[in-house]
Amino acid sequence: MSGPDTIQPPLARARKAIVRAIVASAQPIAEPLVAIFLALVVGAVGITVFSGLLAGHSNFDIGLPAAAYLALLGGVASPNGITSTLNYSTPLILAGLGVGLGFKAGLFNIGGRGQFLFGTVGAMAVATTVGASQSSYITVPLALLAGAAFGAAAGFIPGFLKATSGAHEVVTTIMLNYVFVFVTYWAISGPLSLPNAHQPITADVTARNAALPIIFGDVQHPAYAGILLALAAVPIIWVLLYRTTLGFEIRSAGANPDAARYGGMKTNRLIVLTMSIAGLMSGLAGATTLMGVVQQIAPGYDTTVGFDAITVALLGRSNPVGILFSGLLLGAMRAGSQTMQVQAGVPAELVDALQAIILVFLVVNALRRWLDRRAAKRGSTPSVDAGAAQAAEGVA
Amino acid sequence: MNGIPQALDALPILGMLFQLVGYVLSNLGYMSQTTVAVAVPITLAALCGVMCERSGVVNIGIEGTMLAAAFIGWIVGVAASALFGVGTPLPLFGVTLPLLLGLAAAILVGMVVSLLHAWLAISMKVDQIISGTIINIGAAGITGYLYTLVASQAPTGAGSFAQYKVPGQVADLPLVGWLINAVLSQGPIGLSTIVIVIMLQIMLFRSRWGLRTRAAGEHPRAAETVGIDVIRLRYRNVVMSGALAALGGAWLSMEQTNGFNADMTAGRGFIGLAAMIVGRWTPLGAFGAALLFASATGLSTSLQISPPAGDLGQLMGHVPGEFWEALPYIITIVVLAGVIGRSIAPAADGKPYERESAT
Amino acid sequence: MTEDAAGATAPALEMRGITKRYPGVVANDHIDLDVCRGEIHALLGENGAGKTTLMNVLYGLARPDEGRILLDGRQIQIAGPSDAIARGISMVHQHFMLIPVLSVAENVILGAETMSNAVFVDRHEASKRIASLAARFGFDLDPDAKVGSLSVGQQQRVEILKALYRDARILVLDEPTAVLTPNETEEIFALLRRLAADGRSIVFISHKLYEVLAVADRITVIRRGRVIGERKPGETTEEELAELMVGREVELTVDRGESHIGEPVLRVEGLRVADDRHHEVVPGATFEIRAGEILGVAGVAGNGQDELVQALIGLRRCIGGKVTLMGRDVTGLSPRRLNEAGVGYVPGDRHRFGLILAFPVYDNLILTSYYRPPFAHGPIRNDSAILESAAAQIERFDIRTPSARVLTSTLSGGNQQKVVVAREFDREVKLLILDQPTRGLDVGSIEFIHRQIIAKRDAGTAVLLVSAELDEVMEMSDRIVVMYRGRMVAERDGRTADKSEVGLLMATGGQEGAATQKEAWA
Repeated sequence: MSGPDTIQPPLARARKAIVRAIVASAQPIAEPLVAIFLALVVGAVGITVFSGLLAGHSNFDIGLPAAAYLALLGGVASPNGITSTLNYSTPLILAGLGVGLGFKAGLFNIGGRGQFLFGTVGAMAVATTVGASQSSYITVPLALLAGAAFGAAAGFIPGFLKATSGAHEVVTTIMLNYVFVFVTYWAISGPLSLPNAHQPITADVTARNAALPIIFGDVQHPAYAGILLALAAVPIIWVLLYRTTLGFEIRSAGANPDAARYGGMKTNRLIVLTMSIAGLMSGLAGATTLMGVVQQIAPGYDTTVGFDAITVALLGRSNPVGILFSGLLLGAMRAGSQTMQVQAGVPAELVDALQAIILVFLVVNALRRWLDRRAAKRGSTPSVDAGAAQAAEGVA
Repeated sequence: MNGIPQALDALPILGMLFQLVGYVLSNLGYMSQTTVAVAVPITLAALCGVMCERSGVVNIGIEGTMLAAAFIGWIVGVAASALFGVGTPLPLFGVTLPLLLGLAAAILVGMVVSLLHAWLAISMKVDQIISGTIINIGAAGITGYLYTLVASQAPTGAGSFAQYKVPGQVADLPLVGWLINAVLSQGPIGLSTIVIVIMLQIMLFRSRWGLRTRAAGEHPRAAETVGIDVIRLRYRNVVMSGALAALGGAWLSMEQTNGFNADMTAGRGFIGLAAMIVGRWTPLGAFGAALLFASATGLSTSLQISPPAGDLGQLMGHVPGEFWEALPYIITIVVLAGVIGRSIAPAADGKPYERESAT
Repeated sequence: MTEDAAGATAPALEMRGITKRYPGVVANDHIDLDVCRGEIHALLGENGAGKTTLMNVLYGLARPDEGRILLDGRQIQIAGPSDAIARGISMVHQHFMLIPVLSVAENVILGAETMSNAVFVDRHEASKRIASLAARFGFDLDPDAKVGSLSVGQQQRVEILKALYRDARILVLDEPTAVLTPNETEEIFALLRRLAADGRSIVFISHKLYEVLAVADRITVIRRGRVIGERKPGETTEEELAELMVGREVELTVDRGESHIGEPVLRVEGLRVADDRHHEVVPGATFEIRAGEILGVAGVAGNGQDELVQALIGLRRCIGGKVTLMGRDVTGLSPRRLNEAGVGYVPGDRHRFGLILAFPVYDNLILTSYYRPPFAHGPIRNDSAILESAAAQIERFDIRTPSARVLTSTLSGGNQQKVVVAREFDREVKLLILDQPTRGLDVGSIEFIHRQIIAKRDAGTAVLLVSAELDEVMEMSDRIVVMYRGRMVAERDGRTADKSEVGLLMATGGQEGAATQKEAWA
């Protein structure tokens, strides 16, 4: 603040301040974009090298990454791709909001997979029991509610364990993921199984009046109403975090639990509550997926949404609006990856690999480090207080 | 199990318990062997955790490190078999050149993945849980991607390491023979694990490396003021610990089975972390906890392979198979929640070390 | 300078023109310092004057931008602590660099391990060497005891033992008396003299004038990173040193004015509190505070003060006894209920209990009242009311910040503490609990906070002031109680109390302590 920096004409200072302000406000958006770009570059190298080495191609095809990315983009930018993107994004946004809320409370919910699956089971249970006898106006909300409730229950367990015994949620949620995988297997081979089927499988939600309405697109390429739910959840979570006293409590407990306790907040209750809400969101993600694209639970049913949601939350800096965009982005990548696999012969799993690479570049702040180094070279101090702002944002 | 026990078995409820004890006793040999085997990757993961966390770095990327090593061990074995042929296995452990190359590659990759975690956690000061999660997501994604690339060609693997055959005279020893047999009937990685546990226990509490490691994990600044390079020490520990996680991964794809499949670690890295906590951050304690968790698998495998007879068998028949598969995870949660208040982590665990403005 | 050392050999250590700049500040500005063999050289300066930076340069923890260091007349480079240690320079840090879960022997040998071979530590040889060193300097230490179980004074001896184990010729002690009782301070001074007589050179860092005068052979005063002067104890006074140190004539005591003591506000009877490990560290505290009165609690850190305070603000459960506020039983109430009943609290450890550094200033100002009107309408926050109130408090409490929206972590320590003070003082408080409220602050902020405390007292608030800093307790209190092993062992009038007597009581618990203990056993 003081020192030689201050001795310069006021005009220059003002200009500098404006530039800084622009950089500071652009940074939260620019950083993820830079990370994504760098990850795509690394991914391109990976595609060339590994397809050459492993997939039996005789030589390294430099054009392959371009073909793959174009196929991916083409997959997204088609009418089919757009509905598919919305459908893929729905659970990512919902579960991502839950993980982001957890981050704000200082909780790391890796249990999305289990909560998603248990939510699926909850929704299916409603479809199985009441679906046949009721109209969809009753069954659909009820199934969504059940999915949310089951997910919340699955999130409650690790929250309760942490609050009462201090067992770290990272370990307990991962263990519970496997438990719920087996619960799901059990449910489809037992209570929820379709009678007279050749394999353990549940009924079709459409047959049980529990399918989500289609908001646009044809029957082959529908966009389900789940996306509306996800879009509605964004402002709800935002208001919860920043405009309510409960949100203040959650953020306080995450940033400094001791100070929160002194401020009269019941931190243990907040842990249980936040984990339950996070579970609720993941459960809702499971229910919308079942009642939309999936339709029935088949053997071996599983999801990557739990882990994708972590990427979504980190990429969106735990901010609901950021999560909306990162959820759409990742959904688009998932939607396009199928086209990529078919047209370019690059496995769709590339998207999983890309996620991790994006995150590496994101967390090491490639952009800011570069800006700072440039600033250091010019002899001025690293100006933008993005570091502090980010600390406040509290990635975890 | 005759005479009085049979009378006891007829009692309601309590009788079931006696039948269970009887069943466990009669299948102890098989169960112990399975338990020790299942405990191997969990123990190695836990030891990896001990090495990292004792020096102050939380590593939840163990799962991903294991997975990456399992894949690379397998794929290098495949490539080496194609290049040099499988060759005749040695009589001891069925060792072949492709297997050895695979193992070496697995260890190398484990250390490289850990180096990434070390760089993110120590130098970049990224939240260590996030850094570990990135490694888990990345390992699952990249191995899944590569496996799909390769799987279309249905490659033949390099096979797997063989178990050590305990000599008949030893296995037939009265009273302890079965136990020795159970413990030693392991492959090379399994047997090394037992040696590593003991070695690491002694090293941690008796050697200079151990003293400095504990100091860096408790109070890094104090260590720095007596001339210890905390950053380098943490790097070294994390990278070396990667070799342990890698051994656990290699065990999965080269000793327990002879192939790779997606998510084959199935949470073992995390169970290892729980074992580390329950074992109070000591190698021996972690091994004990790993054995405890593994015994759930030992019991459930045994129940599925040779179901008990009588009332107990009937009762067991009503328990869905999924319950037994979920049991190890449930036990891990319960034990962790029960023990955690009495298990204290190293004071500086998970906190990045900031050198005092040494510019 | 050199004529002072006449007769002796060349200085053991010389630092010439040491300059160290940090962004925005020059921490050391061409500082010269020399220390002779067998000399105790005091480095006197306020917090933030640059003493610690200078010593970090010497110890290799900070690299100077300019300047040279000479050892026995030869220039040396110090790149890190290991370089310093290798050249016989050791440092006893203000915050002990000890590892509580390790034994005395392990702490002492760490980094300079006695080995039995390339891998393993020779613990027997190490213990033997430690025992013989301890005997030579009259320490009573068990090499196998866990450091965490030792008293603060003993821990400091472990630190000194570390230096002696490395055969340090130059020993730097950074504020070594901050945590000691007057008795322990005397002992450490005697030890320092013995070490000096042994031919070692000692740099003694302090901001306490009387200590410097008592122990040093020579005193160098620094202020704002510059050497202001050098004195010999016999040729100067406390007043002169204080002026050199602070830069203007300072009043050494606060003008606290008359107290108007009223009705009892807080009454604590037989309060029992346990620590985290379920040890009953406060086995029965009894005292009362009246309106308009400041009750000072003197005691060496770790005698149950933290637990007592936490119990009084509701952060720790009481296991027995009774707390009455304005005649109402408030035992075991939650922090929120106590806050609403009129209890305010300022912690010394503001980063832990007082503030959420990652939040903007305005959020910290409502940390205890965010749920009440006007800051909330039901479950919804009212941000305009929050900002309005914040702006007023920033003005009234002179918090130096560009705006209320700035992150609290960007404020200086003094301004951070003012945020806490604003939140806790700016309302109807019946009782203020102050736990080392000025720890680590600059003189200006200390003065400001002390004035605020006096103002609150004059407005009829009862004040409980807990501090390990005996000076602060002596200056501020109307009444002083001494806390020893969780009990109030003595009470003195704040204006007539004798400092050395209070110090003795802090260290030993005194006659009254023994008496109450006997009572408890009977």
